[in-house]
Amino acid sequence: MAGMPHRSGTHGSPLRRKSSSDDRAMRLFILVIAVYLVIALALPLYVMFSKSLENSQGAFVGFQNYLEYFNTPALVYSIQNSLFIGVVTTTITVTIAFILAYALTRSRMPGKSVFKTIAMIPILVPSLLPGIALIYLFGRQGLINELLFGYEIYGPIGIVIAEVFFTLPHALIIIITALSIADARLYEAATALRANRARIFFTVTLPGVRYGLISAAFVVFTLSVTDFGAPKVIGGDFNVLATDIYKQVIGQQNFEMGAVVSMVLLLPAGLAFLVDRIVQKKQVALLSARAVPLEPLPNKRFDTLMLTYSIIISIFILGILGVCQFAALVKFFPYNLSLGFSNYQFDLMDGGGWDSYFNSIEMASYTAVFGTIVVFAGAYLVEKGQGLGPIRGAFQFLAMLPMAIPGLVLGLAYIFFFNAPSNPLNFLYHTMAILVISTITHFYTVSHLTATTALKQMDSQFESVAASLKQPFYRTFLRVTVPVCTPAILDISIYLFVNAMTTVSAVVFLYSPHTTLASVAVLNMDDAGDIAPAAAMGMMIFYTAAGVKILHYLLSRGIEARTQAWRVAVAK
Amino acid sequence: MSEVFLKIENLTKNFGQFTALRDISLEVFQGEFVCFLGPSGCGKTTLLRAIAGLDIQTQGSIAQAGADISVLPPAERDFGIVFQSYALFPNLSVEKNVAYGLESRRAQRDEISQRVAELLALVDLADQAKKYPAQLSGGQQQRVALARALATSPGLLLLDEPLSALDAKVRAHLRMEIKDLQRRLAVTTIMVTHDQEEALTMADRIVVMNHGIIEQIGTPQEIYASPASQFVADFIGTMNFLSAKVACSGKCLLDATEIAVDTSDLEAGQQVQLAVRPEDIHLEAKESGSAEEQNQTPGTIESLEYLGAFVRATVKLHQSGATVQADLSSGNIDPSAMVAQTAVAVTFPADKIRLYPLGT
Ligand SMILES: Nc1ncnc2c1ncn2[C@@H]1O[C@H](COP(=O)(O)OP(=O)(O)OP(=O)(O)O)[C@@H](O)[C@H]1O
Ligand SMILES: [Mg+2]
Repeated sequence: MAGMPHRSGTHGSPLRRKSSSDDRAMRLFILVIAVYLVIALALPLYVMFSKSLENSQGAFVGFQNYLEYFNTPALVYSIQNSLFIGVVTTTITVTIAFILAYALTRSRMPGKSVFKTIAMIPILVPSLLPGIALIYLFGRQGLINELLFGYEIYGPIGIVIAEVFFTLPHALIIIITALSIADARLYEAATALRANRARIFFTVTLPGVRYGLISAAFVVFTLSVTDFGAPKVIGGDFNVLATDIYKQVIGQQNFEMGAVVSMVLLLPAGLAFLVDRIVQKKQVALLSARAVPLEPLPNKRFDTLMLTYSIIISIFILGILGVCQFAALVKFFPYNLSLGFSNYQFDLMDGGGWDSYFNSIEMASYTAVFGTIVVFAGAYLVEKGQGLGPIRGAFQFLAMLPMAIPGLVLGLAYIFFFNAPSNPLNFLYHTMAILVISTITHFYTVSHLTATTALKQMDSQFESVAASLKQPFYRTFLRVTVPVCTPAILDISIYLFVNAMTTVSAVVFLYSPHTTLASVAVLNMDDAGDIAPAAAMGMMIFYTAAGVKILHYLLSRGIEARTQAWRVAVAK
Repeated sequence: MSEVFLKIENLTKNFGQFTALRDISLEVFQGEFVCFLGPSGCGKTTLLRAIAGLDIQTQGSIAQAGADISVLPPAERDFGIVFQSYALFPNLSVEKNVAYGLESRRAQRDEISQRVAELLALVDLADQAKKYPAQLSGGQQQRVALARALATSPGLLLLDEPLSALDAKVRAHLRMEIKDLQRRLAVTTIMVTHDQEEALTMADRIVVMNHGIIEQIGTPQEIYASPASQFVADFIGTMNFLSAKVACSGKCLLDATEIAVDTSDLEAGQQVQLAVRPEDIHLEAKESGSAEEQNQTPGTIESLEYLGAFVRATVKLHQSGATVQADLSSGNIDPSAMVAQTAVAVTFPADKIRLYPLGT
């Protein structure tokens, strides 16, 4: 014992733990995934930014493109249009979603789960679809176009209605969460003080959900400003930033200007993202307080009112969907209203035919499988890894970034990056792989957050115990972490699958003649005037996504039943 | 219990600017049961995690079984650990949890199941092998965690507040069981606790910590009977503190009363705190003014509190107006003879009182 090396005293640099083989393996893995994110996200964005500073010959021209952009009134006008759509949509959607969330959490009306399920439907369809339904309803030969009193559906009115449909579920989820964490004790206290319903609403309910409302507002704003599907289908001459990017790139082959508009579009999205992050941090503080869940009391008048409201919203959503189904089945609107499947003969149309549909399923499956593996492993390594602090910090940042990047911007960045002849990864261009990579990246953030939340809920001592038992980390990962996190893993894979089925924005720049996709086919058939087949393809996407959702539900139920014996502990 | 098994030298742990452990040195002997005891936030867990290598110290060395393990990762050290949360793997049955550390050691299947059965018998859970942790009571989960930690026969067992999540009755029972198990296996054990009763009943030696330093190391008897500092005196058990002044060697002055006491290390005229436990104070009914004996001062009983095995009296001392608590049991006086407002003579036995310089 006497000859032991001496490290006493408070001098000298702090001791550092010797790395174990686990530490080294985990560092290697995290580096691999970090490199993936750099290649799939950081580098393309960087290349796009530098493109916006070049002319079409590739020479550096500084901010000349930006000058040109801001001196072209037609283009600058789109900024105003985009902001207008964003603000109006946000106001309407958040209001509608708040009342619906209130009905779902604070009333005793019947059928809550049905209404909630219906309200989630828009997630399962491409954002092009509501536009198509609106054309059938309010277009020049629309079924009920008198209701518009001579106003045009093509333009801001159509875009806003379509965006409200498209963004409603996103806002609803956030606000329901905010409402369900309310503390019953606050309400009891307020009631004890004889505050009336209205007073309680304004002094307890609203302040309690303010962060949720702000967060929902920013999510809706970002989605509606960056969405490309609705303005493309029903925007008419009303130009917005997203359609400008598309027109510059696809229509005019002016890639540099496309990059400039992309940079402009990054601003509102990035700003909304930053504010949302700040607000989220505050909301977490609210969440961690121990709350007693609120049980709503029956109130006949209020419950009837909420039920009526929920029915109206459900009719709106099911109506849009129903009209699309109608459009898909009608032989030749509005002249021959007999029904049939002629519009499903996709192979007779532009857009890639049935192949696109199967390509979409293939792409969505790859995205779900590889995306889940990458995302979950990445989140695990960031959460549990030792050392490499700066790299883990950078990883966190990169994982959050995709939320702020509109799909069109990402797609365009991929063109610049992967299509460059000098890029050794050029071989990926025009393949299925690049569609999968872009889609995983596009939807990385929400998946990453889901994984992180699940991992954080696990006892942080599992890894310590496993190390004391001299077990390698991957064994504990496979035998404990993955089984315990199975529900979250399923959630992530379904989320990725459904979004891969419905997304248009990133992939619209990246598909090739061999890898056409269903959602892009909807766009292209609509563009070519084949609106009915576009609706039919859109409904195919809906049925597929809905089918997968139902499968997911059954699977989760099965797993729940099988693991019930031990899940109790995790749930608490 | 002769050989040093774990030797910690000059260990310091900083979290940024904050020093959680300051220059800790400590030896733990082979087969010994040591408790780290101290108030919340004093650094007990931090020290335990440093020993495990889970959160390495900023400075200082740790040697286990003669080998320097200061910077080794946990997987290269030799210890088993039980956390307050137990950290049982929820999706694995009790036997799989216990077998977790055995499986990859290329042991034969029947060898493993034999060892698991042996361990489950040891913690009295042989009939619960197929259940999942969530189906067990807190005390049973705790024992599974213990069996899992012991499965690989580690040289050192680390327990971080293993009993604090349990209710009082189970806790008292498990104290005995863990202590018994530890004695039988003779495994060197370190347990973190902030419950002094737990430490006093279970430990061979107690390490009393406060604000990142060690206040005292000693057997439960030493810690209880001769606290090395005012902090320890205050933290362990109940203690009366009275202001006093050193008069001369062997004597101090409690107001007008001269008290015989050990004054080594103290100087005449120094202000001190006189510490005495309630059970060491003698009371006897006596009118004030009557002749006082050695170490005796007059007082009046203000109130009496019935505490089951004994009665605790609050006594106001006439000279200073200060109050002390004294325990009345059949051992020193007939409690029934005492009622509130009784005038008493309060005796502080010289060998039971200790003086602490002010501000320690
Ligand atoms: N990771 C950390 N970063 C910063 N400070 C820490 C960290 N871990 C512990 N501390 C601080 O170090 C001090 C000692 O913490 P420690 O957990 O060791 O206390 P403890 O004695 O185990 O207390 P308890 O009885 O509450 O468990 C505390 O003040 C704590 O806030
Ligand atoms: Mg602790």
